Amino acid sequence: MNSSYVLSIVTFIYGLAACFYIASWIFRKLLPARLATWTAILAVIGNTIGIVMRWVESYRLGIGHAPLSNLYESLIFFSWTIAVVYLVIEKRYQNRIIGAFTTPLSFLAMAYASMSPNISDRIQPLLPALKSNWLIAHVMTCFIGYAAFAIAFGISWMYLLKQRDTVGKSGLLSHFPLPRILEELNHQLVMFGFLFLTTGIITGAVWANSAWGRYWGWDPKETWSLITWFIYATLLHARMMRGWGGKRIAYMSIIGFAAVLFTYFGVNYLPGLHSYGAV
Amino acid sequence: MNGKNHLIFFEPFQKFKITIANGILKMAELDYLKSSWKFFKSVKLSVILLLSIAATSIIGTLIPQNQNPEKYLNAFGEPLYRIFDVFDLFDMYHSWWFQLLIIGLTINIIVCSIDRLSATWKIIFVKIPPFNISRFKKLSNKEEFIDERTPKQLQKTYESFISKSFGYYRVEEVDKGFCIFAEKWRWTRLGVYKVHLSVLLLLVGALIGSIFGFDGYVNIPEGEAVSSIRLRNGAQIQNLDFNIRCDDFNVSFYDSGAPKEFRSKLSILEAGKPVLQKDIVVNDPLQYKGINFFQSSYGPLPPKELTLSFKNVKTGKIYSQNTTIGQEIELPEDMGKFVVKDYRKSVDFRGQNVGEAFLGTLTPKDGNSVFVLLPARFPSFDGMRKGDIIFSVAGYNQRYYTGLQVTNDPGVWVVYAGFIMMIVGCFITFFMSHQRLCVEVTKKGEKSVVMVAGTANKNKLGMQNKIKKISQKLIDLEKTSTADA
Repeated sequence: MNSSYVLSIVTFIYGLAACFYIASWIFRKLLPARLATWTAILAVIGNTIGIVMRWVESYRLGIGHAPLSNLYESLIFFSWTIAVVYLVIEKRYQNRIIGAFTTPLSFLAMAYASMSPNISDRIQPLLPALKSNWLIAHVMTCFIGYAAFAIAFGISWMYLLKQRDTVGKSGLLSHFPLPRILEELNHQLVMFGFLFLTTGIITGAVWANSAWGRYWGWDPKETWSLITWFIYATLLHARMMRGWGGKRIAYMSIIGFAAVLFTYFGVNYLPGLHSYGAV
Repeated sequence: MNGKNHLIFFEPFQKFKITIANGILKMAELDYLKSSWKFFKSVKLSVILLLSIAATSIIGTLIPQNQNPEKYLNAFGEPLYRIFDVFDLFDMYHSWWFQLLIIGLTINIIVCSIDRLSATWKIIFVKIPPFNISRFKKLSNKEEFIDERTPKQLQKTYESFISKSFGYYRVEEVDKGFCIFAEKWRWTRLGVYKVHLSVLLLLVGALIGSIFGFDGYVNIPEGEAVSSIRLRNGAQIQNLDFNIRCDDFNVSFYDSGAPKEFRSKLSILEAGKPVLQKDIVVNDPLQYKGINFFQSSYGPLPPKELTLSFKNVKTGKIYSQNTTIGQEIELPEDMGKFVVKDYRKSVDFRGQNVGEAFLGTLTPKDGNSVFVLLPARFPSFDGMRKGDIIFSVAGYNQRYYTGLQVTNDPGVWVVYAGFIMMIVGCFITFFMSHQRLCVEVTKKGEKSVVMVAGTANKNKLGMQNKIKKISQKLIDLEKTSTADA
């Protein structure tokens, strides 16, 4: 049994967790809700085991490196971070409906990694430029940031749904957290993500300086991460200085996550240095 | 009345007029300053600038930057190329309009920061923090409970509890009891200025780098030394006041064929003598006198030396001999002379590519010179010539040049300082707040009414939870101390 096999099983566990969360939201029953949490925890454990196994396997192959070196490995880590950050929020806010909007993201990331024919799950040796301790710091901080933005994205959709029904007619929306709380949560997650995105860009810059002698080169991935950074910076300024809130912030959070996705996937179709992220 | 008096009479007038004129001028200047200050301090401008920089940056990710004009001409055609060229879209991050946006944002950051800081200065830098108890009483999220003891009995316990988690506190007498004001992290109000300052540091560092630093490259063949490099923009040469020699270059590959490591053995020479030696690989550069040498590329050089193998078909004897390109050798058994004249990376022979090959000329003892092709990959190739001698290349030394990126950036430490400041600043700004607490205890019969209220300049929801927790802890404090009693 190798890590790829474990991780493809984990994909289905995430899928199951997502189904339970959605079922518990729609049918408002306690059983699927409890099952959902436990399945999600199981998925995270499996995910962790898969990552560790892959790490060990790479050492057995004699090319030992942290499993953060290509698109497959980054997607695996991405779903892990989304699930972990979500579970922390669930514990803190005691609301499982958020899970119906975030665990599907973990599932989708894993499913894309496991099933897309364009993504190889082979453990590949590191290219010379990737042989650096900054690799771990850079990829981890970036993806923690991305995960926070992903959850903020889910919560923004929840907010947009919830605020359409202010009188509380819809039973589906009645157990949503209050708009005020969703808004606050969105803001908190964006700040958390922004701190990590900032750190991710900075560790990347320091790494680039040690590898190529320039901390900034306007390479498309760098530029797109900066664009993402600017969008979220705008959101934070609009909220803190101009008192923006509600729908406008939710829309900006969604646009920000679209920029994250483009930075992550779209840029691979553009020419540049970051081709490692591609298949 | 003479002229002088006349003048004296008018002098004050004259002065007055000048003062007024100056005043108007100054007012106009002031007005101008004021209006531009007002223009630059708006957050709307920040939002517009941030979004325009974000939006225009996309262009440079769609059009590859700094390519050959021919490539652009082929890709876009003449008219579109002209338009793009006018707006510097082929080097847009260094174009006047993009720099203008960045300068605008810089001024915006500075003006906003100064404006806000001068407004909040008095709040941030105070000796005795002011408290207004009625403000706390008006808060909707205050907690209240009743304690069995009198305010006097409670004061010490509460004081020691609050002093543990708040940096500053003071007790004030109120009607029928006391009130503890406490606060912490007032300085975190400066966090946002730290972030703004860090952005300025990044820009200043980048400016220092672009004015006083350089960015270039140099290719050094194995065994050779250079004392100058080529700069990246423009074809200028930058002289180094030392020599750098490549003693050796090695490239290794994984089984899959992907490159594993590029390694250059470099020596720094001062007055011909090596003073520093280092093997550099990607991610581990050599630094000397503030100049960094990065492993960035490599390439093959035509070999100089090779081992020739040849067979006399008549006698069946096989020979092996080392030679260098251009060196004529005398063949044994009176077979004539042979010279390897050249090396080619790729040779086509009758429409077939035979890859790397050496070109030689055989001059037999009696007869005309014959052209001999020696593909490195096919040792038996020369047999097809059906000559008296069959030549082949037994081996040759692959020579490489190492491609180094050479940079000097005196601004990099300023940028790094900005990096650290930005991370710390973001953390302070987002996750730390100036928290103020007010605990009022008043006597009601033999018992006390306790009110706990607090404010924070950020994360108000979090502060509400904190107030609840503090209030709960004060209640628990009561239980434990009564249990002790």
